[in-house]
Amino acid sequence: MKLHVSTTVNGEPAEFLCSAEQSLLDVLREELHLTGTKEGCATGDCGACSVVLDGRLVCSCLVLAPEVAGRRVETIEGVARGAELHPLQRKFLEHAALQCGICTPGFIVAAKALLERNPDPSEEEARYWLAGNLCRCTGYDKIIRAVLDTASELRGATR
Amino acid sequence: MSERKFRQVGTRPIRHDGLDKVTGRAQFGADFSLPGMLWGKVLRSPHAHARIRSIDVSAALALPGVHAVITGRDFPEVAAESAAGGEGATDFRDLALNVMARDKALYHGHPVAAVAATSVRIAEEACKKIAVDYEVLTPVLSLDQALAKDAPILHERMRASGDEPLPEGPTNLASRREMGRGDVAAGFAAADAVVEREFRTPMVHQGYIEPHAVLARTGEDGRAVVYCCTQGPFMVRAFSAKVLGVATDTIKVVPTEIGGGFGGKTTVYLEPLAILLSRKSGRPVKMVMTREEVFRATGPTSGTHIRVKMGAKRDGTLTAAEAVLVYEAGAFKGSPVGAAMMTVFAPYKLANVRIEGWDVVVNKPKVAAYRAPGAPMAALATETVMDELARKLGQDPIDFRLVNAAHEGVQATYGPKFRAIGFVESLRAAKAHPHYRAPLGANQGRGVACGFWFNAGLSSSANVSINEDGSAVVMSGCPDIGGSRASLALMAAEELGIPVEQVRPVVVDTESIGFNDLTGGSRVTFATGMAVIEAARDVVNQLRARAAKTWEVELDAVAWNEGRAVAVNGAEGKHEPLTLRQLAARAAATGGPISGRASLTARGAGPGFATHLCDVEVDRETGAVKVLRYTAVQDAGRAVHPSYVEGQMQGGVAQGIGWALNEEYVYDARGAMENPGFLDYRVPVASDLPMIDTVIVEVPNPMHPYGVRGVGETPIVPPLAAVANAVERAAGVEIRELPISPPKLLALIEGAR
Repeated sequence: MKLHVSTTVNGEPAEFLCSAEQSLLDVLREELHLTGTKEGCATGDCGACSVVLDGRLVCSCLVLAPEVAGRRVETIEGVARGAELHPLQRKFLEHAALQCGICTPGFIVAAKALLERNPDPSEEEARYWLAGNLCRCTGYDKIIRAVLDTASELRGATR
Repeated sequence: MSERKFRQVGTRPIRHDGLDKVTGRAQFGADFSLPGMLWGKVLRSPHAHARIRSIDVSAALALPGVHAVITGRDFPEVAAESAAGGEGATDFRDLALNVMARDKALYHGHPVAAVAATSVRIAEEACKKIAVDYEVLTPVLSLDQALAKDAPILHERMRASGDEPLPEGPTNLASRREMGRGDVAAGFAAADAVVEREFRTPMVHQGYIEPHAVLARTGEDGRAVVYCCTQGPFMVRAFSAKVLGVATDTIKVVPTEIGGGFGGKTTVYLEPLAILLSRKSGRPVKMVMTREEVFRATGPTSGTHIRVKMGAKRDGTLTAAEAVLVYEAGAFKGSPVGAAMMTVFAPYKLANVRIEGWDVVVNKPKVAAYRAPGAPMAALATETVMDELARKLGQDPIDFRLVNAAHEGVQATYGPKFRAIGFVESLRAAKAHPHYRAPLGANQGRGVACGFWFNAGLSSSANVSINEDGSAVVMSGCPDIGGSRASLALMAAEELGIPVEQVRPVVVDTESIGFNDLTGGSRVTFATGMAVIEAARDVVNQLRARAAKTWEVELDAVAWNEGRAVAVNGAEGKHEPLTLRQLAARAAATGGPISGRASLTARGAGPGFATHLCDVEVDRETGAVKVLRYTAVQDAGRAVHPSYVEGQMQGGVAQGIGWALNEEYVYDARGAMENPGFLDYRVPVASDLPMIDTVIVEVPNPMHPYGVRGVGETPIVPPLAAVANAVERAAGVEIRELPISPPKLLALIEGAR
C-alpha cells in the first residue's frame, strides 16, 4: 500500500506516492526527480543529502518521506533564484571550492542554513557547523573560505 | 619553453562544469534513469573465506517482480592475462573472479549472485531467497597469518613468483622481488649513525563520497550502452568485454560526472553484472552500491609491514638504505608494492640500496589504486627514519634532506637519471616559509616530510572543433575528477588565442573519440593536455591556411597571433588581420568546417616532489592529536590552473592526515569489517583540520610543451610521515603503527613515562 503525500518543495506544491519506509531522499530523487540531492551513505554521516525541512537543516536520508506531509522542503534546486545564483553558489565557483562536486549541493544547502542563523560565523563555527558534510577532495580549505567570504559579502549588502 | 609568456595558462577562470555542480544539475553515476528500468542488487558472501558448494536461485526467480538472477555460472571462464593500465597491471582472470565469485568466496562482501527486479526492495528480498551452501574456511586476515607455516591457502593454484628464495607449492605469497645497487653492508659500515625501524599500517579506503553506480541497457543485437561513474570509460569497455567474453565493440560506455575516485574507480565491479542482468532481462538495469558495499567490496589500499634501515655520515651524507616492504594485496595478487619499491628512496641520492617487496594475498577486498599507490606508507617509513637520523646527527631536518636531495642528473634509485626536477627547490621554499620559523608551544611539535611520485604518460586522444561563431569545443575521453576540464580548456585557449570562456571542454563517450587510457597516474593535465595542445595547433594551422587562401598568399606568410591570422614574411600590412570569428564564419567558403585532432602516447613524464610541514599538539591526557598548522610545498612544473593545483595539494594532505590519525579497516575474528560506514570509518571532517597552506614551485618539465607535471598524487605521499614526525617531536614517542589514534598514542605516552 502506497501513501499519498502532499507537501511543498522549493515553494511549489508537490505530491507523491511512497511506501511507509521510504526516505525523503529516495522520494526526492526517484519520485520527484530532484537528483541534485545526493546519496553518499544513507546513514546520516556524510551530509550529501542535506535539505532544509521547515527551516531546519536535516539529512534527507534520515527523514521518512511520509513525515514531510504538509511541511516545507527546500533542496539545492531551490537555492538559485531563476538565473541568479545565490551568493554561496557564486563564491563556491570563485574560490574553486569544489572538485568532483558530489558533496557541493549538500555543502551549499548546509552553509546557507548556517548563514541564515549566524551571519558572522568565525572560521571555527563554520568548521563545526559543516562537520556533518564530508568532502574528500578539497581538504575543506577553499570551502571554508568561500563560506566566510559569502558571509562577509552578505553582511556588507545588509549594512 | 620556460621563457614563453602565457596569457591564459596560470590564470584562475571559473571551471566550465562548475555551474551545474553548484546548482545540483550535474548528473553523476546514480542520477541516470531509463524507461522500463530494473534495479539490480548483489548478494555478497557473509564469510571471509568459504568454498561455494552450490547456489540455488529458484526461490529468488519465483518472486514476483524478479526478472533475472545471475551467478558465477553465467560468466565464461576467463584466461589469466595481464594488462597494464594507468595504475598498475590487471589480471583478467582475477578480475573476473573478483566481479563474481565462482568456487570460492575470498572476502566478506565478495559477490556470489546478483538480481534484477522492478524495485530495489524486491531485488533485496530476492537476494535473501538465494540459498548458498558454503563450506566455511579459516580466514587469513593479516600478513603474519598469511605467511605463517600451515596458513590456510586462498588460491590452490597460485605459486610465488619473482626472486629466490621463494616458497615451494601453494602459498599466499604472490611474489617477492628485489632491486638495488652498490654494497649495502659497506655503506652501513661507513655510517656514523644508523637507524632501523619497523612500521605497520592498516588497510584504508579512498573514501570517495559517490558510491559506485551504473545503468546498462542491452539491445536485441547484444550491444550494450553503459552509463557509469568511472575514471576510465575505455577501461570499463575493455574490462567488461573481457569478463563477459564479448567483443569490445559491443559495449559503449558513457562516462557520467564522477564523485571522486582517487584510483578506486580504475577497475570494474558492477558494470559487467549490470550488462549481464540487462542482457538476461531485456531491460535497462541500474545498480548503485550502498556505502557498506563500497567499504566491504571495493577500493582499499594495502595494509603493510615495512622495515627501513638507513645510515648517514656525520656530515649528513647518506651511505646506505635498505627496505623490506610487505604489502597486502587483498584477495587477489597485485598490491602496489612494485611502486612502493620504486618510490621508497626515490627522493635521495643513494649509492648503496637494497629493496625487497612482497605481495601477499589475504581474505580482504582486492586492493585498488589509491592516489600514489603504495608510496605513502613507504614514505612514512623512510621519512620518519630520516627524521630520526637528523636528530641523531644534530641536524636540521630540511638541511639534512638538502644534503641528500636528488636533482637533475642524479641516477634515481629506481633506475633512470632525473631530468629537471624541483625537489631541492621545494625544500628551500619550505625552509624559507614563515611556518618553519614560527614558535611552538608546550606539547606541540613540527614534522617535516618529503614525497615523490611519478606521473604516467600513456595514450590520449583529443579533438578541438571550431564552432561557426568562432568559439571552440575541446573533447577528451578522460573523466574529470578534479578540474582537468578547466585545465584542458586553458591549454586550448592558450593555443587558439581566445578567451577560455569561449572554449567548452567536454568528456565524451567511447564511440565519440579515439582511445584514451584512464584518468589516473596524475596523467590527464600532462598527457591529455599534450594531445589538446597538439589538436589546437592542428586547428591553428588550418586557420592559417584559410587566411592564406583568402589572401592568396603562401602559408608561411600567415602567422597566428592572439587569436588572429596576421600577414608576415613580406606580406606585412598588406592584409587586415582575420580573427578566429571571421575565419569561422567563412569556413564553408574556404574549405569546410574546421576541427583538429591528436592522438598520442605521451613519454617523458616529469616526476613530482613535495615537502610538507605539519604542526600538531598532543593531548597527553587523552592521546588526541590536533593538527594546528600545515604547509604543503610542491613542484607543479607549470600550474595550468593554480586553484586546482592548490586543491589537489590540500585534498591529498587531508586524506593523508586521515590516514595518519584516524582511518583503518577494523576486522572481527571472522573477517567481517566492523566499521563499514562513515560514522566508524572516520575520514577527516571540516572541524578536524586547519587551513592548508600551499606553495607551488614551478620547475618546468622539459618533456611537456608548457612544462606541466602531474600534481594529483604527490600530495598524499608526505603527510603520513609529516604527522608522525610532528607527533614524535611533540610527545617524545616513537611511532611504529598507524593510525595514531588516541588509545594507541596514549599507550605510547604512558609507556614512555
